[in-house]
Amino acid sequence: MSATAIRVRPRRNRGAGLGLAAWLLGILFFLPIAWMALTSFHSEEDAATNPPSFAAALTLDGYREFFGAGGGASPWPALINSTVASVVSTLCVLLLAFPAAYALSIRPVKKWTDVLFFFLSTKMLPVVAGLLPIYLFAKNTDMLDNIWLLVILYTSMNLPIAVWMMQSFLAEVPVAVIEAAQIDGAKLPTVLARVVAPIALPGIAATALICFIFSWNELLFARVLTGVVAETAPVFLTGFITSQGLFLAKVCAASLVISLPVLAAGFAAQDKLVQGLSLGAVK
Amino acid sequence: MTATTTAPIAVPSVRAAKRPPGRLRAWATRAPLLPALIFMIVVTQLPFVATLVISFFDWNSLYPDARHFAGFANYADVLTDPDLRRSVWTTVVLTVAVVLASLVLGLVLALLLNRTFRGRGIVRTLLIAPFLVVPVAAALLWKHVLYNPEYGLLNGLLQYVGGPQPDWISNTPLLAVEASLVWQWTPFMMLILLAGLQSRDPQQIEAARVDGASDWQIFRHLTLPHLRRYLELGALLGSIYIVQNFDAVFTLTSGGLGTANLPYTVYQSFYQAHENGLASAAGVLVVIGSIIIATFALRVVSSLFREEVSRA
Repeated sequence: MSATAIRVRPRRNRGAGLGLAAWLLGILFFLPIAWMALTSFHSEEDAATNPPSFAAALTLDGYREFFGAGGGASPWPALINSTVASVVSTLCVLLLAFPAAYALSIRPVKKWTDVLFFFLSTKMLPVVAGLLPIYLFAKNTDMLDNIWLLVILYTSMNLPIAVWMMQSFLAEVPVAVIEAAQIDGAKLPTVLARVVAPIALPGIAATALICFIFSWNELLFARVLTGVVAETAPVFLTGFITSQGLFLAKVCAASLVISLPVLAAGFAAQDKLVQGLSLGAVK
Repeated sequence: MTATTTAPIAVPSVRAAKRPPGRLRAWATRAPLLPALIFMIVVTQLPFVATLVISFFDWNSLYPDARHFAGFANYADVLTDPDLRRSVWTTVVLTVAVVLASLVLGLVLALLLNRTFRGRGIVRTLLIAPFLVVPVAAALLWKHVLYNPEYGLLNGLLQYVGGPQPDWISNTPLLAVEASLVWQWTPFMMLILLAGLQSRDPQQIEAARVDGASDWQIFRHLTLPHLRRYLELGALLGSIYIVQNFDAVFTLTSGGLGTANLPYTVYQSFYQAHENGLASAAGVLVVIGSIIIATFALRVVSSLFREEVSRA
């Protein structure tokens, strides 16, 4: 006991040092985002100075410009498209994944691990591997520039992750509770809706948020398959790729506004984020 | 390999009383699974089969009449064309560099964050943020706000100390793309490794400490072996996503200056050059690369998964 007591003091000092190091690294990683936020509130003249102006006057001009006050394209159609594609595809994913996860965890079908790994393997098939046939199909069926095509593709993109995540969440529902409900005469849909869903709700919510994030972020499908009408927010952002410093505050405002839903969803799902991103393999 | 897993069949049911006969029951248990399964096969497997077929044709969509079967010619082109071969190499370099760098940084951050200190929650939140910025927005941020030689933050800070004013993207294009990706992916690695650290048995470490083990010995002989699977998992999942990276390459350099990776090349060869056959062959090669990674990935994930199943 006395030996450990002697060691406590240096340990605590070093602990403080390591805490400080963590803080410094955290700030360093956040610095680009903080700088982007600050720049978005500067006038374009103040934004494009070297050395940077930390104390320049704040203004909302960047945001006004982004929302189309300066006669540029309005971001609203793109934001609405992204919202529709992300929300609807997330709902479709939940609708398909929930029964599948039930069949894989609570009353598992034979060879359930094989089925689970099939879902995972589709996630490892690179997007580019199927992009051309999908493009040709869309072109020949007049589905190009159609937001519903993106809804279908985003559903397929997120379904494997959702099945894996939900499988692990549903496995945590005690079987005794389900059986008790069944003895009381409840049919399967009732059991799912009234017993399983409420218990697994936090997990289902986290799954939904992660699917939303991935859909909202997606660029390649949207870039290739949409154009004018069905353009999504990331495609809208690509309009700034070549802007040579004329609209720095506007670029920052645009990037922040479009990232905001993802930042909010990500912080909300923080605890379950790891499990989702690692396809349920890590808790 | 996975079929041998001893499945923890959740429970031989209580519904025994009025159970439908065998075959019907089998379909009843399968039914909830089928919509998802069929949907995935139609939307992901069929297009890939089509890509495979197209990859054997010489087919430029501007000259649809000249389409003909070409055997492995497209594959030969992909592997011999210096530009395409370069993009294969770029993909490898980009993926390996980004995964390794973000893994090491992520490990350092996870170790720091695994201790208790004031404001740990805030630091964790700050660190996760880069991963949550929309990838195109992140790439724009690096391209215009940080890297720009005239008014970017990096050169602005260098100006203060009288340093040089390099044009980052022109001078070191691949490194510029890698740095932005490392910044985005380090939080992901940190989250996985942190989960690994927190699943450690604290009593084991306590026991080692009582036995007089130094911090380094504990890290080397307890923490690192325990983290091995999490490191593998992070590396493999990271590889799967970064091999497919399109957003950063597209936004930062538009594939110029030797930064075109395979996904970008595939995109360019069918979207801009209209070379459907060539693009498909390149796409199939990306898949082969991914399958090699995925084989390892599945093994790692399934071993983690099996551990969990046996624990349950």
